[in-house]
Amino acid sequence: MAQALTRAMRDAMAEDPTVHVMGEDVGTLGGVFRITDGLAKEFGEERCTDTPLAEAGILGAAVGMAMYGLRPVVEMQFDAFAYPAFEQLISHVAKMRNRTRGAMPLPITIRVPYGGGIGGVEHHCDSSEAYYVATPGLHVVTPATVEDAYGLLRASIASDDPVVFLEPKRLYWSKADWRPEAPAAVPGIGKALVRRTGTSATLITYGPSLPVCLEAAEAAREEGWDLEVVDLRSLVPFDEDTVVESVRRTGRAVVVHEAGGFGGPGAEIAARVTERCFHHLEAPVLRVTGFDIPYPPPMLEKHHLPGVDRILDTVARLQWEN
Amino acid sequence: MTVQELPGAGASHRSTQPPAWSPRTDAAPLLPDPEPYRVLGTEAADRLDPELMRRCYAELVRGRRYNAQATALTKQGRLAVYPSTVGQEACEIAAALVLEEQDWLFPSYRDTLAAVARGLDPVQALTLLRGDWHTGYDPREHRIAPLSTPLATQLPHAVGLAHAARLRGDDVVALAMVGDGGTSEGDFHEALNFAAVWQAPVVFLVQNNGFAISVPLAKQTAAPTLAHKAVGYGMPGRLVDGNDVAAMHEVLSEAVRRARAGGGPTLIEAVTYRMEAHTNADDATRYRGDAEVEAWKAHDPVDLLERELTARGIIDEAAIRAVRDDAEAMAAALREGMNADPVVDPTDLFAHVYAEQTDRLREQAAMLRAELEAEGRE
Ligand SMILES: Cc1ncc(C[n+]2csc(CCOP(=O)(O)OP(=O)(O)O)c2C)c(N)n1
Repeated sequence: MAQALTRAMRDAMAEDPTVHVMGEDVGTLGGVFRITDGLAKEFGEERCTDTPLAEAGILGAAVGMAMYGLRPVVEMQFDAFAYPAFEQLISHVAKMRNRTRGAMPLPITIRVPYGGGIGGVEHHCDSSEAYYVATPGLHVVTPATVEDAYGLLRASIASDDPVVFLEPKRLYWSKADWRPEAPAAVPGIGKALVRRTGTSATLITYGPSLPVCLEAAEAAREEGWDLEVVDLRSLVPFDEDTVVESVRRTGRAVVVHEAGGFGGPGAEIAARVTERCFHHLEAPVLRVTGFDIPYPPPMLEKHHLPGVDRILDTVARLQWEN
Repeated sequence: MTVQELPGAGASHRSTQPPAWSPRTDAAPLLPDPEPYRVLGTEAADRLDPELMRRCYAELVRGRRYNAQATALTKQGRLAVYPSTVGQEACEIAAALVLEEQDWLFPSYRDTLAAVARGLDPVQALTLLRGDWHTGYDPREHRIAPLSTPLATQLPHAVGLAHAARLRGDDVVALAMVGDGGTSEGDFHEALNFAAVWQAPVVFLVQNNGFAISVPLAKQTAAPTLAHKAVGYGMPGRLVDGNDVAAMHEVLSEAVRRARAGGGPTLIEAVTYRMEAHTNADDATRYRGDAEVEAWKAHDPVDLLERELTARGIIDEAAIRAVRDDAEAMAAALREGMNADPVVDPTDLFAHVYAEQTDRLREQAAMLRAELEAEGRE
């Protein structure tokens, strides 16, 4: 996936001279995850810039650059280090189009490596998506496959709206059989995909939890459950129709994500599904989420992250003989 | 004073440096003068450009009248709020006048007057404060960024824009305005640092008007002056009398010139005073005494210039009358413009959130439309 992300930026920069990559250590080093590897060399330090170490400054400067017609792609080094930039994000990035009645859209892509499962210490593993999805004016997308890493990042950079591009850290090293010489066309921002069809229940998920859900779906076959898996890909906009169609077919739904459950995206999704599928539902919409705790230390993270067993236990509860 | 003598620049941090490190030797010129720079009432006034000063005078008088009119409009309920710049007109006017057409102004919420002096329609400039929309103009058309309410957050935008313009080979300077309180915000620090590292063509203008709402400068900073802050970033700092429009114009022009020539950013502290309350919602008597306000009255920016120009025969009574009449006409037009009820379109609420409306917003827009129709039927 890392390679696909790099390739997406490289292709976008080659096609459009207004695309500028900036952030901490993105130049010579190629980013702490090497996602910007080689960009400074190929396009020069003016197009792939090592900035001073200041997240508000980085995003604030990107606002000004976008005002002047550039398309900044900003790397926030880690989920929890993006927080200093929240004032810029919420007060300006998300609102500029609206404040100026459409006169000044800000085509900024904010790449945020997020989530756990890599044995990182605290402040390196937050699932911060709830903060972003609660902010009108931002698009929030997160790839779970290598194709999507490429396709969604290209779509994000091309978008005339600001996009928070959440990169699941633990999938950076996932290989899959992506052929960089011919990147497949993928549906753009705002479209969910059914990754596995099934009839007994729908798992609704995104980003780092997709592979876990697919694994759970395989395991569930032994229990006699045929699970459908929907990958949201885009949290804002939320592709309600794809989700609703699936749940109406299966009659049961579980939302799975790493972020905490209270006030997490799953709460919103469960509410929307309930509103639109009430008469089709055989059971309440359930959630499997991270605990409502600060991200745990590495040796305990396996207890926090929704895993196959927790998903299967929840699926079992969908029998609903209350 | 040298950099080494500044508070905090102790020997301890120098001793930790490896042998190869040597301090910047060009740091001394970054230090501001110990006293605010003045032109009016000094020998420097001999070289005033009469044409420019007549223009400044006319703008100052208009600015004063604009402030009075806007304040009156708050009393009539036509404006939700107005942060007055009475006493600070010289800063506002000079900031607008030193910019070329292609340059950009990044005002704070208080700087409506600078935007108007740059040529923005006064009614459009007040849209934010009247409440019909957030920004009443197209920022690109006027090269005036939206008035920024979150303090200091517009400063990194100015840096980014100036940097982008330079990357494109365009001759553009960005001038960003902030208050004394705003200099304590992290965005102020980050913007100055970025600008200096990138050598971006930016001018930072701090209007030190004595207070951040109720908090005096002494509780805001322990620095000798706000201009001193420039030193740590590696840019020149200038201290200037913010009520002296000639001095303001000269110092700002010099900074704009340096930025345009590739010399990088400048931090300017204009020492001025807010004569009125923070906004009409504020009670200034709680935090300052009449004596202080009276003392500053004797140093009024309009009077200072009027006295100097009259003494030098650059303006006479007829000219003063003409300028005042012009300001009156501007005020009348503003009153008229503001007394017309603004047309607000509720569907605008959903129109400018994203390039393409989301399903969610379409649904909510339909809901509002239905509510409006139902109201219309009642
Ligand atoms: C980030 C932020 N914090 C707090 C406020 C509320 N606030 C509005 S004006 C103000 C004081 C600003 O003082 P100063 O920077 O000196 O500017 P002045 O009002 O004197 O022009 C405060 C605290 C704000 N607008 N933004």
